[in-house]
Amino acid sequence: MNLKKYLNVYKKFLHTSLASELEYKTNIFIDLITAILSLIGSIFLLSIFFQNNSSIGGWEFKQALIIQSIYTILNGITNTWFNPNLTEIVKHIREGTLDFVLLKPIDSQFFISLKKITPSGFLEIILGICLLLYCIKINQININLSFFTLCLITIISSICILYSLWFFISTTTIWFVKTWNATEVLRSFLYIGRFPLDSFSFSLRIFFSVFIPIAFITTIPSEVFLGISQFWKILLEVTVAMVFLFSSRKFWLFALKFYSSASS
Amino acid sequence: MASNLIKRKFFTLLKVQYSNMLEYRIEIALWAISGVIPFFMLNIWTNNNLNEYINISDVMLSRYFLCAFFVRQFSVVWVVFSFEEDSLMGKVSPYLIQPLNPFFRYFAQHLAEQLTRFPFALLIATIFFIFNPESIWIPNFGILLLSIISTLLSFLIQFLIQSIIACLCFWTEKASSIERLLFIPTLFLSGLLAPVVSFPEYVKSWIYLTPFPYLIDFPANLLSGNATNISSGFSMQILWIVLLFPVFKKIWSKGTKKYTAMGS
Repeated sequence: MNLKKYLNVYKKFLHTSLASELEYKTNIFIDLITAILSLIGSIFLLSIFFQNNSSIGGWEFKQALIIQSIYTILNGITNTWFNPNLTEIVKHIREGTLDFVLLKPIDSQFFISLKKITPSGFLEIILGICLLLYCIKINQININLSFFTLCLITIISSICILYSLWFFISTTTIWFVKTWNATEVLRSFLYIGRFPLDSFSFSLRIFFSVFIPIAFITTIPSEVFLGISQFWKILLEVTVAMVFLFSSRKFWLFALKFYSSASS
Repeated sequence: MASNLIKRKFFTLLKVQYSNMLEYRIEIALWAISGVIPFFMLNIWTNNNLNEYINISDVMLSRYFLCAFFVRQFSVVWVVFSFEEDSLMGKVSPYLIQPLNPFFRYFAQHLAEQLTRFPFALLIATIFFIFNPESIWIPNFGILLLSIISTLLSFLIQFLIQSIIACLCFWTEKASSIERLLFIPTLFLSGLLAPVVSFPEYVKSWIYLTPFPYLIDFPANLLSGNATNISSGFSMQILWIVLLFPVFKKIWSKGTKKYTAMGS
């Protein structure tokens, strides 16, 4: 009953935001070119690292490409769902329109994190999946059902971690109002997800797995694809994802207590 | 007399914008932090001994990336985003009435922001030196002056390119997606993520004709004491400014005729 209502509402969200986005057709086209160029650019950068080396941090070029493909998929998801909504949250809080969201008979977190959608991110997801399929071919990975479920679990966990990170930052808007640049910091740190974690020095590796769990987001799923991941790592990733998701929810409810509407 | 007036106008603008920027200190500090990607890249290079193949020692490479960080900090331009917002909100109209090109206002805004950011960038550099004490160096005064000039020229090139794109707002309303498209080659080819010397031959053969290597690679090489061709670097920077300025003037005068004062 409840789930059905949320599904219905989400369908409406999809409809309205797609309609408004499709008004800027040239924009979408330019975004498509940007996505393609961006992928070419990152592969170019990766190829510079592998110019004279056959492996970096124990990863060969064709293995590192898997990380690249997973990064591209996740980046596409970020651009499609997380980024446009985050911008909205900041706007809601600055202009005091969060009041209207809170008054609606629907979960506020659901509303503000899924309200908008940017279709141009889809292409990035598709590009990432194509690259991933290509990688599966060149790395001669055999796919069977249990392997597939495992991969799916880790990728979903990554999405959950990513979502929580973004949502954490947008929640802090309630106190700081302008958090646009905080997202830039997160964005630049996430950039590291394009490279295998093992290519960094020990201290940075610790930093990127304890403080900002970027390691979990791309490296662990890639290891699962290559079949070299230990079971405890997968378990750890799932646990981290649950903890993040749970605490981001709690943090949002906590932050709402401090919300004092603007301009009213 | 006239030049005196312009000078007074400009300094007033600068002062206003500086106090404006000081209000958002944390924002600007975060901006500075979001520019740390070069340090992560440095970590990949030195941790995997990739620099052996391009004949740059660890110390020189770390100086290069530190300088790249600095040059980037003082040549970041975001005029498209400001202008797009202002023109969508109809804020450009009052600016147009004033006897001053509104881009002077944005220019002052950028300079004021760089001034505010300077201490933070210095702080990040200090932290970097604490971790890498062997890379401390003091460039001689002449080199320092030249690299400041080349950074300023790099800033000017980017400011002109973005202003030209910003003027497209008069026609398309959303010009920021074009900027995002142009940001991709800037990111990968400017030398922010990898020094241009490390690029494969098939890229190096044409890249020096584009404006990209003069945005970060050239000033950073100059400041860090790495090998670079000073005279050709400066002449290319000036050439690009001379080429871009008339384009901007033309598109500005055409655009203002097209202006429809949205939102008012």
